[in-house]
Amino acid sequence: MTTSASPAVRRTRRPGPARPRRAAKFWTILGLLISAGFAVLPVLWMFLSSLKPNRQILQTPPRLVTGASSFAGYSKLFHDTAQLDSFRDSYLIGGAVTVLTIVVSVLAGYSLSRMDFPGKSAVMTVVIGVQSVPPISLVIPYLGLITVLGLYDSYTGLILTHLVLTFPYAIVMMTAYFDTLPRSLDEAARVDGASSMRILWQILLPISLPGVVSIGVYTFMLSWNEFLFALMLTKQHVRTVPIRISLFIGQNAVDWQAMFALSIAGSVPVLIFFLVFQRYFLGGLAAGSVKG
Amino acid sequence: MTQLTARRPAVGSPRTVPTRGRFRRGRRALIAYSFLSPALLLMIGLMFVPIGTVIYYSFLNYAIVNRPGRPHHLVGWTNYQQVLSDPLFTSSLWHTVAFSVLSVLCHLLLGLAFALLLNSQVIGRVAKGIFRTLIIIPWLFTITIVVALWRYLLLDPHGVVNFILHSLGLPTQGLAWLGQTNTALAAIIFVNVWAGYPFFMISLLAGLQGVSDELREAAWVDGANAFERFWYVTRPHLRPIIVSMSILDLIWNLQNFATIFLLTGGGPANSTNVIANYTYTTAYFDQDYTAAAASAVIILLISLVLAVAYGWSRRAMSR
Repeated sequence: MTTSASPAVRRTRRPGPARPRRAAKFWTILGLLISAGFAVLPVLWMFLSSLKPNRQILQTPPRLVTGASSFAGYSKLFHDTAQLDSFRDSYLIGGAVTVLTIVVSVLAGYSLSRMDFPGKSAVMTVVIGVQSVPPISLVIPYLGLITVLGLYDSYTGLILTHLVLTFPYAIVMMTAYFDTLPRSLDEAARVDGASSMRILWQILLPISLPGVVSIGVYTFMLSWNEFLFALMLTKQHVRTVPIRISLFIGQNAVDWQAMFALSIAGSVPVLIFFLVFQRYFLGGLAAGSVKG
Repeated sequence: MTQLTARRPAVGSPRTVPTRGRFRRGRRALIAYSFLSPALLLMIGLMFVPIGTVIYYSFLNYAIVNRPGRPHHLVGWTNYQQVLSDPLFTSSLWHTVAFSVLSVLCHLLLGLAFALLLNSQVIGRVAKGIFRTLIIIPWLFTITIVVALWRYLLLDPHGVVNFILHSLGLPTQGLAWLGQTNTALAAIIFVNVWAGYPFFMISLLAGLQGVSDELREAAWVDGANAFERFWYVTRPHLRPIIVSMSILDLIWNLQNFATIFLLTGGGPANSTNVIANYTYTTAYFDQDYTAAAASAVIILLISLVLAVAYGWSRRAMSR
């Protein structure tokens, strides 16, 4: 009796979304607030700390909001050429890696998506497989090879090694993106006598911009975040932002305010970049991990 | 004459068509490979040659550093024997396994929980967008910044985390989370989870959008509760994404270097030493590049085995 009654009761609730809906809404919003707090509060604490004098960053008990504010951290940062240089290094390397990755992956993706040739599936398997090669296994031979080539502590050396982290993923994503475009587009152009290069450049590339942008954003972020290669293959001439921050961590008496100021100044461009391209980026990333 | 020219195609066609076809196929392959050539060059120069080199190093008596008067030569499995019999290596192997498996589990649980919350139908689109952006934020920070931040928050004895735990009435005041052998690994896993769950969440969110609302509502009409709806409708749909993402995340975490190197450097008393860090210290501080190469080859082999599993899971998925 009771067992048969309970589904019936639930069924009658469905059209009237009164109480269970409101309860569900309450718990969902509470859960989301807790999740957002878990994600954002530490970052907020870092941001507010970058505006506090060191004495207040380390006061007991710690307070999120303290009375005094100080811009000493930021003014120190903008008057320190060594720190500004690390921004130049990171942007330069990130930019070069992004451009090169896009060129390589657009060419390879076009070939893998549109042409049939012997060894194609082997190439695809290798491209997917090399993504699992650990950077720590590569850095030891790189150290040997890069010294031989005279590329130690140089832009070229770091750009080349960063490409290793970005281009296989970019090829997989670009191939998946080209696969979503109808083949009739390039067949029509081929009938008109256009070459492969022209079809790619004038027909496919313009409508692939969302895919190119999402690959570009991801590539730039990978290069910007890279730590191991920068640590082991550069020393003085080239110093990326992550390395500069890690130098703070290694100190005995950490200048927390300066470190947080550098961290915030280093993150804001990436955050803006992400917010602007979020839509493309999440779509591309999801496509890459779901089917790519 | 006219007869000849008129007849020529008829005679020639059965013979010339296959050769021209073969020629065209060859030309097409040539074009395909010329488009691929930058990628192939990068792959050979930056992957295959270095991998060959590291395998070669791992069988040498010394590499990279010069030892005047001692020519280098092959020494067989000596470096592997040295590494595998080193208690530091075996303990770091176990730390690596604990670190990666627990990290993947927590990434999955948090990513799934947050994705389910974000996919809920009871909140509006704008609110969803805002919450999604906020929840992704930790992932956007470079690992060195994440580490700097958490080294501050976990400070002892009066750090922020200790203060909050103390105000909640927990007897943890003054705990040196990163400085004690019994808490350091857990603290590192926590930081790694905080920085990494959004990647899982993004993929799972995309997967959730593919679950049909009709199916879920049908289950609801049939009297399935929230858990049953998740378990019988949503979970089977997400399973392939969960499997392949977990393997991918496991590969990445096995190779993790920066988080651990920057948080503890493997300490205290090697309680957080992982194989990537072991390889780095062997190379950089001991200057023993051949033993480091052997250890690097072992990580490479473990990763390749998992990569095969990953490929296999994707193939199962597309079927």
